[in-house]
Amino acid sequence: MAEAQNIPAGSTTAGSIAVAAESTVATRMSAPPSFDVADFPVPHGREEEWRFTPLERLRGLHDGTAVADGEGVKVAIEAPEGVTVETVGRDDARVGRAGTPVDRVAAQAYSSFEQASVVSVPKEAVLTEPIRIAVHGEGGTAFGHQVIELGAFAEAVVVIDHTGDAVLAANVDYVLGDGAKLTVVSVQDWDEKAVHVAQHNALVGRDASFKSVVVTFGGDVVRIHPRVRYAGTGGEAELFGLYFTDAGQHQEHRLLVDHNTPHCRSNVAYKGALQGQDAHAVWIGDVLIQAKAEGTDTYELNRNLVLTDGARVDSVPNLEIETGEIAGAGHASATGRFDDEQLFYLMARGIPAEEARRLVVRGFFAELVQQIGLPDVEERLIAKIEAELEASVA
Amino acid sequence: MATLEIRDLHVSVEAENGPREILKGVDLTVKQGETHAIMGPNGSGKSTLAYSLAGHPKYTITAGTVTLDGEDVLEMSVDERARAGVFLAMQYPVEVPGVSVSNFLRTSATAVRGEAPKLRTWVKEVKESMERLQMDPAFAERNVNEGFSGGEKKRHEILQLELLKPKVAILDETDSGLDVDALRIVSEGVNRVRETGEVGTLLITHYTRILRYIKPDFVHVFANGRIAESGGAELADKLENEGYEAYTKGGASE
Repeated sequence: MAEAQNIPAGSTTAGSIAVAAESTVATRMSAPPSFDVADFPVPHGREEEWRFTPLERLRGLHDGTAVADGEGVKVAIEAPEGVTVETVGRDDARVGRAGTPVDRVAAQAYSSFEQASVVSVPKEAVLTEPIRIAVHGEGGTAFGHQVIELGAFAEAVVVIDHTGDAVLAANVDYVLGDGAKLTVVSVQDWDEKAVHVAQHNALVGRDASFKSVVVTFGGDVVRIHPRVRYAGTGGEAELFGLYFTDAGQHQEHRLLVDHNTPHCRSNVAYKGALQGQDAHAVWIGDVLIQAKAEGTDTYELNRNLVLTDGARVDSVPNLEIETGEIAGAGHASATGRFDDEQLFYLMARGIPAEEARRLVVRGFFAELVQQIGLPDVEERLIAKIEAELEASVA
Repeated sequence: MATLEIRDLHVSVEAENGPREILKGVDLTVKQGETHAIMGPNGSGKSTLAYSLAGHPKYTITAGTVTLDGEDVLEMSVDERARAGVFLAMQYPVEVPGVSVSNFLRTSATAVRGEAPKLRTWVKEVKESMERLQMDPAFAERNVNEGFSGGEKKRHEILQLELLKPKVAILDETDSGLDVDALRIVSEGVNRVRETGEVGTLLITHYTRILRYIKPDFVHVFANGRIAESGGAELADKLENEGYEAYTKGGASE
């Protein structure tokens, strides 16, 4: 095992499971959810939800000193015909419908954005081309709000690309109508100085399927908070994540699946590789099965591969079950190390060191990448992973 | 004819109180087609010799030379040694999660042979080797050594030996932890490679048991970091009857 903090978790319902009448997942946040930044005290870093995050590197997003400068971020949306793209104000009913900010930075983003962008796919529209949202940092500070809304039985793929340099706090809402199918790929491929804190809220309609693929490569601090709730029975959420944390980077993924509705499913799988001094990855996987959510089926997994000394992983799965009438619930977390003995073994079979490393990392990610189901995204991720490895060797 | 020449090899490891010398002047010549058994008590330095030849970073060569057909092996990196024809079957092969056996074997064969083997003949080659070693075909899809039993790990090592066709094969306690059936299967695998006459074999073992299956041309007794006595197969019989006591007396047993 590498230098890593790990809740020792088995393959099933072992580890930190609380069976409680009251939700500690909800109550361990230092303040209740709110759209108003004033409802959240400035965090000092010892709060449960902030204890892994280097506040001093958030460039003021957490304490009100970060101010939007108007030139921070350029957003370009490419949508196939039939899709509506609108710019709306805070009072639009669709804004904030999928979820409420749960921490100070998300509330700051909500309180500070100027205009929200709403992308709507009409009911029963089945898109053959993805909707592409390019978020490019121009070196400034920005607050954003993005809504993606699918009508009943609509099907869409959305690819959100984050590049450039920025200090960005944002909320992203996904609202899925009944029977809708949405796949969202959010790629954080920032330049090295960028700071990005975002809350993703998905509201999954009856019999709807939500698939989220969160990919984090770049940035100084990236903290993504994907959250899922269900608006009706039969909903399904698949949350996949892949991160490659380099020297000095802080990449944090905090997930919550709130099984608030009976007979819904969720499957969470995040995998990360780390290399270099002070590379720090944090994965928090909270699953809450409420008393009324009978027939829930959920599984969450986090795997980390530490490639060099000096990297650190904090992985905390947390499953909270308020009813025994479920189909299944489990979680697993493990952090392994690509060590000198593995390297020696592969090299002793003639495989050069760089190729040995590539073989191991590609193998580690392959299974997850194959589940994305979008060949062009899969190819791009593999290429990006290889590039990360090349950079490390050079 | 390929020849591995070890001359006055001294090797140290880093210990708590500074470097500790484990090999204290090893001389040995292994020619293609020959089989040398290296026998000795625990701690005599047998495995250190094996890992030093393969280039494990834990061991520091402090003096001596190792050449393969005149080429300086000690100058080569671990992977270069393997490509030059040195193969080490390990006593404790490590798990490599996420890398399937089939992918590993092909990557390795591509590296050692200098070009990717043709897919159709390769699949057949692997399949036949696995059958001979009585390995389940499902093995190919498992991760390297992950969850393998002791016997499965050793068969997997010998499978690699067959596929990579080295000039010099160093078998580090390949017999340890094997039951009689597995020992026979593994030994037959080694013998198939030996019968090609193209490999020099350095068979490192604690026990004489494996020598009933693999007949050595030479037997060397290893004690206290060097070869204490060399002879033919009959030396193994003497060890079988008398043990290593004669060699360890007086020498600091490590």
